[in-house]
Amino acid sequence: MTKMTIKTEGDTHVVVTRRFAASPEAVYRAHTEPTLVQKWLLGPDGWTMPVCINEARPGGKIRYEWTNGKGGGFYLTGEYLELVPFSRIVHIERMHLPNPCPDNHVVTTFTPDGTGTLMTMRMTLPDAKTRAAMLASGMEHGMEASYVRLETMI
Amino acid sequence: MPNLDAAFSALADPTRRAILARLALGEATVMELAQPFAMTQPAISRHLKVLESAGLIIRRVEGTKRPCRLAPDGITGVDQWLAMLRQALAKNYERLDEVLATMQPEERKDRP
Repeated sequence: MTKMTIKTEGDTHVVVTRRFAASPEAVYRAHTEPTLVQKWLLGPDGWTMPVCINEARPGGKIRYEWTNGKGGGFYLTGEYLELVPFSRIVHIERMHLPNPCPDNHVVTTFTPDGTGTLMTMRMTLPDAKTRAAMLASGMEHGMEASYVRLETMI
Repeated sequence: MPNLDAAFSALADPTRRAILARLALGEATVMELAQPFAMTQPAISRHLKVLESAGLIIRRVEGTKRPCRLAPDGITGVDQWLAMLRQALAKNYERLDEVLATMQPEERKDRP
């Protein structure tokens, strides 16, 4: 149920799939209601999202700000293009590190899968170079989490 | 640690990924690499140069030939970074599992 896949597709796409033991409605809400988003969209352990603006309507704004509580932080802005409750979200987002990264066009679908939900998130970057940079920078943030987990395992 | 920006740019090209896949089978010369790609040797050489400066392959001199092989350090570095991205995402979704579990305990009980 919890298997995640991540793969690149063509030169500009990244596709992530994940199954959840909950209804499409619940998974959709967890992606669009700020108080729920703030509980899980955090990346590495130790990071929090003190600012979470999520206007789930076409043209609505997205703004997520993360901090590690030690002066480290970055933020993401975006806009919703299309929302089909509880099955499909289309939005554009960009990371600010703090300079804005190129736009990432994201189509997220939630389809019933047995008693759960299959989520498919298809990201489209402007070109192969940007995709490479995004994968590389995302990994920097992942690294800290790995080390934290490693410490707890030892 | 190799330069990951250079490594991922190098990997963004399908021909270069195919070259690496071929080299995973063992050392090869430019001529051997050019064969399956319907590309000229100079074109393949340019790709090899990108892979070499990204730290993904190593070339040695053998007479007039310069056979290539994978650079274990470079490839391991890329592998490790990909595994870390995967873990950060996986961690988010494990948290989401917990959020979802608290959202609908009633619904679940009602299910047969």
